[in-house]
Amino acid sequence: MGGVPRFWRSIDNRYRLVGTRCENCGEVYFPPRVVCPKCRREGEMKEVELSGRGEIYTYSVVRVPPEGFEEKAPYVVAIVKLEEGPLVTGMIVDCDPGEIDIGTPVEATFRRVSEDGEDGVIYYSLEFRPVRREE
Amino acid sequence: MNRDVAIVGVGMTRFGELWDKSFDDLFVEAGLEALEDAGMSGDEIEAMYVGNMSAGRFIDQEHVASLIADRSGLTPIPCTRVEAACASGGLAVRQAILAVASGMYDVVLAGGVEKMTDVTTEEATATLATAADQEWEAFHGVTFPALYAMIARRHMHEYGTTREHLALPPVKNHRNATKNPKAQFRFEITVEQVIESPLVADPLRLLDCSPVSDGAAAVIVCPLEMAREFTDTPIVVRATAQASDSLALHDREDITTLRATVEAARSAYRQAGIEPEDVDVAEVHDCFSIAELVAVEDLGFVEKGESGEAYHEGMFEIDSDHVAVNPSGGLKAKGHPVGASGVAQVVEIVEQLRGEAGKRQVDGAEIGLTHNVGGSGGTVVVHIFERGD
Ligand SMILES: [Zn+2]
Repeated sequence: MGGVPRFWRSIDNRYRLVGTRCENCGEVYFPPRVVCPKCRREGEMKEVELSGRGEIYTYSVVRVPPEGFEEKAPYVVAIVKLEEGPLVTGMIVDCDPGEIDIGTPVEATFRRVSEDGEDGVIYYSLEFRPVRREE
Repeated sequence: MNRDVAIVGVGMTRFGELWDKSFDDLFVEAGLEALEDAGMSGDEIEAMYVGNMSAGRFIDQEHVASLIADRSGLTPIPCTRVEAACASGGLAVRQAILAVASGMYDVVLAGGVEKMTDVTTEEATATLATAADQEWEAFHGVTFPALYAMIARRHMHEYGTTREHLALPPVKNHRNATKNPKAQFRFEITVEQVIESPLVADPLRLLDCSPVSDGAAAVIVCPLEMAREFTDTPIVVRATAQASDSLALHDREDITTLRATVEAARSAYRQAGIEPEDVDVAEVHDCFSIAELVAVEDLGFVEKGESGEAYHEGMFEIDSDHVAVNPSGGLKAKGHPVGASGVAQVVEIVEQLRGEAGKRQVDGAEIGLTHNVGGSGGTVVVHIFERGD
């Protein structure tokens, strides 16, 4: 298990979901990209805040975990299609595997992963949970 | 290509949990077998390319190119390690072919080796997951089986592929492996056994997954015009193609297809001047059951979404009129020492095209294809070979 990913270490506001949009073609990217694969040097990337809402595009339940995830298994992982268009991979929490299906609406949530002893930086990981419709 | 290239020698170890063999033992055994096959002493070899995914994590040793040149007794020739996860081996073969085609060298050995069984299952799972996007996939606990499981789930959703369909490639590959003395699993399995085996990452179960293996393979290439000095049955390289795609699965427009396979195959068919239906025998990258279903679609052997039914009809068996797929037993049953697998695919195709594949021989095979995938499709290498006579 490696350290906390670079992106999560450098993100300013850890409760915001920030992607990038190419001003040239309009495509929205999350995870954020520096270079637009469609426009390459013609592209111009701007930060854009995403809603964190989306739906499950595909999913699995991990029963044989890698090192570092032994105590969580079994757990649900999914590719989520965000409402702005991009797809992203994450764990689906606060759910029973049986209530998850392709198309299930989900929303982003942030979990505290660790705290850096020296400078007190708190690290968060992006996760998703099902949106339960009231009534 | 600047000049035509042929394969004149092949060798491989048995694949499996080889407790008694070290990393060096494996590579040297495969290399010596290839030299013997080509009738060479070793002095002829001018350079080596070695596919290896992760000796650093599996055996705590980096700089394995030097180690291999050293233990093979071949210093001071240049030896280069090539890494592209599970496509490392196919890529090493491609580098050797390019080195000869360019005129830089005449006789080059391409090998692949992995020693995976010295670590625990959890460590092996985490090491294989380094072929995924560490920052955006593995960080969230996504394993390799989970990535292919997500491909499978989507393929089932879009094309009506069933759980039974998924079981068919592993059943076929185990049957083929009973005819391969070097295979890891030389026993048959049934559809019921696959469907009832323990879940690894839903919907994939244990018998949908290729194993953790030790093994090595090697091939020797030279200019076609020199090939008869070493063999009566040179196998000609008709195409060498490679393509890349996003490291993370979620960045693909369609995850039921590996775009890098489609692109590499298109380039390979164009180089060889053939169509998919001209291929007689293929070794494709079946790290998981769904991977073989997707591969036969992306290589153009069947239409997108129709692989399940094609397997149901036995379209890819050794004795079918169609292309035979994974007569060796594939990664699933022959074994999957990741850095060696792409080279071992070429070894199988060479033996098939020579007519030396014994009980698993595909009758009258003249054109063969190999398809080697790194990670979830971030790298794909496709080669096409033909009998030289
Ligand atoms: Zn753009």
